[in-house]
Amino acid sequence: MLEQQREYVLRSVEERGVRLIRLWFTDVLGSLKSFAISPAELENALDDGMTFDGSSIDGFSRIQEADVLAIPDPDTFELLPWGDTKAPEARVFCDIHNLDGTPFGGDPRQVLRRHVRACHERGLTFYVAPDIEFFYFAPPQAGRRPEPLDEASFFDLTTNDITGSLRKQTIRTLEAMGIPVEYSFHEDAPSQQEIDLRHTDALTMADSVMTFRLIVKEIAASQGLHATFMPKPLEAQQGSGMHTHLSLFEGDRNAFFDADDEYQLSALAKSFMAGLLRHAAEITAVTNQTVNSYKRLVPGFEAPVHVSWARNNRSGLIRVPIAKRGNPNATRIEYRSPDPACNPYLAFSVMLAAGMRGMAEGYELPVEADANLFEIDDEVLAKLGIAHLPQSLSDALRAMEGSELVHDALGEHIFEWFLINKRTEWREYKTHVSMFEIDRYLRAL
Amino acid sequence: MDAETLAVFGDPPTPELARTLDLGGYRWKSVASADEAAEFEPTGGWSGVIVDCGPDTSGAWAFARTIRKREPGTPPLLALVSGAQLSELELRDELFDDFCLAPFHPAELEARVRHLLWRVGGGTRPEILEYRELSLNLETYQASIASRPLDLTYMEYELLKFLAQNPGKVFTREMLLNRVWGYEYYGGARTVDVHVRRLRAKLGEEHAGLIQTVRSVGYRFGQSRWGT
Repeated sequence: MLEQQREYVLRSVEERGVRLIRLWFTDVLGSLKSFAISPAELENALDDGMTFDGSSIDGFSRIQEADVLAIPDPDTFELLPWGDTKAPEARVFCDIHNLDGTPFGGDPRQVLRRHVRACHERGLTFYVAPDIEFFYFAPPQAGRRPEPLDEASFFDLTTNDITGSLRKQTIRTLEAMGIPVEYSFHEDAPSQQEIDLRHTDALTMADSVMTFRLIVKEIAASQGLHATFMPKPLEAQQGSGMHTHLSLFEGDRNAFFDADDEYQLSALAKSFMAGLLRHAAEITAVTNQTVNSYKRLVPGFEAPVHVSWARNNRSGLIRVPIAKRGNPNATRIEYRSPDPACNPYLAFSVMLAAGMRGMAEGYELPVEADANLFEIDDEVLAKLGIAHLPQSLSDALRAMEGSELVHDALGEHIFEWFLINKRTEWREYKTHVSMFEIDRYLRAL
Repeated sequence: MDAETLAVFGDPPTPELARTLDLGGYRWKSVASADEAAEFEPTGGWSGVIVDCGPDTSGAWAFARTIRKREPGTPPLLALVSGAQLSELELRDELFDDFCLAPFHPAELEARVRHLLWRVGGGTRPEILEYRELSLNLETYQASIASRPLDLTYMEYELLKFLAQNPGKVFTREMLLNRVWGYEYYGGARTVDVHVRRLRAKLGEEHAGLIQTVRSVGYRFGQSRWGT
């Protein structure tokens, strides 16, 4: 199969007159990295990979082991639907290897590949469908607050407005790149959008999220605007989340579904959920990796604050959506804390690892918390055994540091680097004196 | 009609020649003389003639001359000559359309035969698979719909090819997964849904209906043979 895929890629480049092939990969924090090669180099790249200096990439090599190898995954070869049609360009995602051919420990795509494979060895396939929220703003100016483009809100049909046409163009481009969209709408806050992607296997989806973020930004930029996946750009408005729908399939059969259960959830689904809940605090640094992420996870904005689950309660961490017409294939769980600024490879990896741990150990699912948790006192919650999610990046890092689950899920290289990098971020934030403090204290104290 | 039958002069043909033609998928017949060539000629005529000159070239050239004199329409002719015989090609231009140096490299001979047949319009390559406005070039892996090129990934292309090769037939997801992806793939049966969804998007609204969902069974490409 690989030989044919290779042949397909080489032939397509020739037939379509592709001038440039962009080799894509992702750094530890989830930024898309790219270098371009000419068609003449492609055959060589497919056979032997392309060597580059990993020490120039965040979270990759330490200086003494600088060189790594990018090997294109021919399955992901695709023409880019934008740019000059006379000189087409293509992209292909790469797996990063050490020079001896072993998977490189700093490559998030290889981390997710490992988890997906482990899942497959148990006869299961992990499906993921994220609902991605983001904002459009006027081009940012240093020291100024972001400026929304409209005053519309949730589901508003804003005729003649620029964000609607941007969204339409974005969806067309996504579909052309093989990223099917399920829904799209104007979200609650001004200038906020949501695009829900259709489920795919986790590795394909992580690639798709990377492509998605690029497309959204590119299309906004082509109109002189700025799109952002920052979790909480506007103080008094809802932030941007990436609610992620998860399910496990055994061949054609949804392993999360059980017709006889009152929630229509299988025992496997319940222990998977229990795993996610029990390890939620530990994986939060990965699913919510910025200082700003924790300004979204506050009460009153439909973002989860507590570690709980329910069928139709949007204040919980896990929601179990009611499947349309009782369709067994639609049974899934929605993990609501991640934000779209995460590294999707790592976020999907830790979610899967936590769920799989729950399955392996047969964790018991706590009772459903169907009340609005935002209205319940902390003491009552404590009695019910409902904990808070980490309240800050610092809290989250502390929980992650002690987690053998996250350590194993990410591997030594990324685990260590991530903690160091994020501690530095926290330190810088902690020493920053904000406008909030100036306004509040300068005169009064 | 036998679309591509070659007459091969040289009795018997060398094993290398026979193997190369077999591997290339050609139908061929060994002939020892011009009479035999006439006797065994298929109804549609020979699509090409290969003349292996062998150590003694005079018989070979005589054979070629007879073939060339036939009316109407002489089949294209390729001569196999050794290095020492190259000078014999001089002043015999009218006897052959192409030649290949023996001993030959199988890939070279195969390419020359293919080209020989293609040049005179006898060959069926490049293979084109067509269904209404959809066209797939199986040799170049390029697909187009209503003359608009489709940008497909390898698996999307393979799925579309498989479906288009079997129009009107219903396939379950498992069948498609096994036939198109192979067993070792770890995407699971829903991968098929994902790829069908993508293909429909790329085909565009107007043509998305080419791939139909057959409720609680799987998928069907194009019209059902019962016309529903």
